[in-house]
Amino acid sequence: MGLLRRIVTLGRRTRMERENEAELREHMQMCIDDNVATGMSREVAEREARLRFGSPVAARERVSEEDAALGIESLWRDVRMALRGFAKSPGFSIVVVATLALGIGANTAIFELLDALRLRTLPVVRPNELAELRIVGGNHGFGISDGMFMNFTIPMWQEVKDHHDPFSGVFAWRMNDLLVGTPSESRRVNGLEVSGGFFSTLGVTPWQGRLIEAQDDSICQLTKVVASYGFWKSQMGGVPITANTTMVVEGKTVQVLGVTPPSFFGMEVGNHFDLAYPTCTPPKPRREIFVYSVMGRLKPGWSMKQAFDYFNALSPGLFEKTAPSGYSADSVKTFTSFRLGAYPAGAGVSYLREAYSSSLNYLLAITGLVLLIACANLANLMLARSSRKQREMAIRMALGATRTRILRQMLMESALLALFGSGLGVALAQPLSRALVASLDTSRSSIHLVVAADWRVVLFAAAVGAATCILCGTVPALRSTKADPVSSIRSGERGVMGNRERFWMQRMMVVTQVGVSMVLLVGALLFVRSYRNLATLNPGFRESGIVVGYFGFGGLHLKQENLTAFKRQLVDDVRTLPGIENATATNNTPLGGGSWSHTIDMGALSGPSRFTYVSPTYFATLGIPILTGRGFTDEDRSDTPLVLIVNQKFIRQFVRSPSPIGQHVHVRPEPDYPERIYEIVGTIPDTKYSDLREEQQAMAFVPADQKPATSERPGMAMMIASRDAAGVERTVRQLFDQRHPGMNMQFFDFEQGIRDNLVGDRLMAMLSGAFGVLAALLVVVGLYGVLSYFLAQRKGEIGIRIALGASRGRVIGDLLRDAGKMLIIGLAFGSVLALLAGRQASTMVFGLKPWDPVTLIAAATLLAVVTTVASLIPALKAARVNPVDSLRTE
Amino acid sequence: MAKNDLQGALDLLILKTLSQLSSMHGYGIVNHIRRVSDELLIVEEGSLYPALHRMEQNGWVRSNWAITDYGRKAKWYSLTRAGREQLAAREKNWEQVVKGVAAILRFA
Repeated sequence: MGLLRRIVTLGRRTRMERENEAELREHMQMCIDDNVATGMSREVAEREARLRFGSPVAARERVSEEDAALGIESLWRDVRMALRGFAKSPGFSIVVVATLALGIGANTAIFELLDALRLRTLPVVRPNELAELRIVGGNHGFGISDGMFMNFTIPMWQEVKDHHDPFSGVFAWRMNDLLVGTPSESRRVNGLEVSGGFFSTLGVTPWQGRLIEAQDDSICQLTKVVASYGFWKSQMGGVPITANTTMVVEGKTVQVLGVTPPSFFGMEVGNHFDLAYPTCTPPKPRREIFVYSVMGRLKPGWSMKQAFDYFNALSPGLFEKTAPSGYSADSVKTFTSFRLGAYPAGAGVSYLREAYSSSLNYLLAITGLVLLIACANLANLMLARSSRKQREMAIRMALGATRTRILRQMLMESALLALFGSGLGVALAQPLSRALVASLDTSRSSIHLVVAADWRVVLFAAAVGAATCILCGTVPALRSTKADPVSSIRSGERGVMGNRERFWMQRMMVVTQVGVSMVLLVGALLFVRSYRNLATLNPGFRESGIVVGYFGFGGLHLKQENLTAFKRQLVDDVRTLPGIENATATNNTPLGGGSWSHTIDMGALSGPSRFTYVSPTYFATLGIPILTGRGFTDEDRSDTPLVLIVNQKFIRQFVRSPSPIGQHVHVRPEPDYPERIYEIVGTIPDTKYSDLREEQQAMAFVPADQKPATSERPGMAMMIASRDAAGVERTVRQLFDQRHPGMNMQFFDFEQGIRDNLVGDRLMAMLSGAFGVLAALLVVVGLYGVLSYFLAQRKGEIGIRIALGASRGRVIGDLLRDAGKMLIIGLAFGSVLALLAGRQASTMVFGLKPWDPVTLIAAATLLAVVTTVASLIPALKAARVNPVDSLRTE
Repeated sequence: MAKNDLQGALDLLILKTLSQLSSMHGYGIVNHIRRVSDELLIVEEGSLYPALHRMEQNGWVRSNWAITDYGRKAKWYSLTRAGREQLAAREKNWEQVVKGVAAILRFA
């Protein structure tokens, strides 16, 4: 009722005001009338009435205060008043809004990424019912994993397909590159292999035609595909799908069944599929290769916990039944002890999520701290502004404005500023987060992430805006209304010295700023130095001027026993090309992220070692010296004794005799890799294996010719050293297109590939560096502002002191000492915070301790220098105060 | 127990006055209280009008503009049902305050 009346009377303020005025005026008139009736003269009667009535303005204010209609009305009036105030000081308003917009924008941008990666669910029906099945604790490197999320072998999937009581539907999927187009002009697209239940379980309905269904499962030839909306639009021209729509995929003409809706991008957040095709179950599926991710939709009434228990209970039988053969008894036991568990999968899977989650958390913290510093600056600005308006406030209070009224009006100002700031911030966040995503793109992979401002983002921005409003608005407002009007008016616009406590708040804010920016600077230095460590790290082999080529020759239909010779021939062919220094085959490119291990025994010691099968030219191509023994030669063939070259870590881990040369290494059997005994013939220094950050691995190298013939596949990687990296691709393509038509070739620059793996570290270094600098700048501005303000407040005092004979050096010293005190407290407080924060970030920095003293000292020195510079200017200004001028205004 | 006594007392005076006069303007209320209390109680205009407006917002009194006996326009206030209930509660409350204060004064 009250609220309704307020709304109804909204916009009628002037009428109400006039009414109140009339009421009070009539009251006065009646009083005068009565006075006249008692025989007073008109003049005396009026005077007497006015005396009795008191200040009519104050009375009117107080009456208006009671009128509820003014609740909203005065809000509007406050808004207008605040806007007028902003218009009067545009510099102030622009600085405040821009600072807030940048601060809130940066925070919101990071949050948008976090939201897109972690919080948002897949665009499918009831995503919260989706569960992913995984081996609890992972497969411990058992067998071969085909990709990051692939944790089911085909036999395992077939078991689950038949036994899944908790699920109303279940499906398997994997991402797999497909070649689209004729061999001469083919290109790679993102393929999505899906079982028949995929689309129906997810509840994805066709945009065009039909999607893959259960009946498509059985056919083990690629004959049908489903296009994603994006692919259909861009590559197929968006032409309606008919029964005759076909395209060439993997060299075969296939039928395009339909198109998925625009919102559906697949199961991996940050990636998108182009073509989906049905799974294929070969007659004798491999039992040690993990190829699928398996998910299901919970039946109503089943909880995730119940499903977890169900699959856990199902596991012993399942793993017993699907255990691979050709392994040692120990390994099989490892396999049969695996247990399945069900995990929520409503947000899909994501490489980005796993790779960048903690980076994003840090970035959010960093941007939050920057915003905090900015807020402190704004609060100081508001404080200074409000004390300049002290006189105005005092007069308004003396005239009868209540404290709440003035408080509300000041809060309205900061609320409006925060509103503009966060509005602009949300608008800024979009391009910012897009730029962030784009900066994570690499030459070889691009990221497809839907970044949009959903309700969570808006809520986040609103919360941040409200927090900043409270932080930078409330304290100054409370302070300025606490002042006693009488002393305020009396002392004019200058603060009276003696109420020194009025400055403690500003001082505290400067201390906080210094402390927080110390944390940010330490973080920035840590991340920048960590990136530099990674980028300049010597992996132990040549990085520059090397091209990695992938060759696929499945289409040439070579016999299994001829593959080894064919690969050797390819390497020899490339080596004879002009402009090429050297070339080597390898089954694993270093620092490419992949890894290949065998379990070995040496006497009583056993454990996994990395195994790489390489051409004899490998060490020469990559510039790795042979330390002792010999390198491989062309004489190391499949029919000569099996030989091994090992690195130092291998020796430390497994070799107990004085010299490793001549020692025998037993390799345990695996499918396609029979049990073997190698002899160590040479040693090399330690080199990095799959990742720059990882610990040194025990590594062993085997001549490519001695790779078990059963394990050969029609594909290989070759590392080609040449000064003319760009020319390599052209000449090699030319040669093989002619000699082996139908062979697939892909090339990339080795060094670029390594740099691409550091893109996350580079981003952290760049952003934390930029924010660190920004924080330092904000501190400079803040300190400068506060000191200038102090100076303005104390001008009279300084003038008097100079007049009394204080030297200018003394005055400068005083101000600098003041700044120095704040700096030292801030630095001490910041160092403690930085140490605490550094402990959290220790996993992210490479080659540095988070409590690295050099970093701490560097950050402290940097801050000390900039703050000294910032305080020198006001201090010098103070020394130039002309005592006569400042005393005259007293 | 009684709380906010000073303001409570002013409200009580106004409510009681309006219940006795059924309808009156602000000036009349001041005069009535002054006359009836033998000039002992003088309500300040600065307090009267905020109180009246507050009571109106609370729905204890309603107001309308009318002409006074002497031909002046004034805002006339009268009690609502809620106002009468409020008055009864306040009167009871006041008696207790008086009793309490008297007990303290008599205590020796």
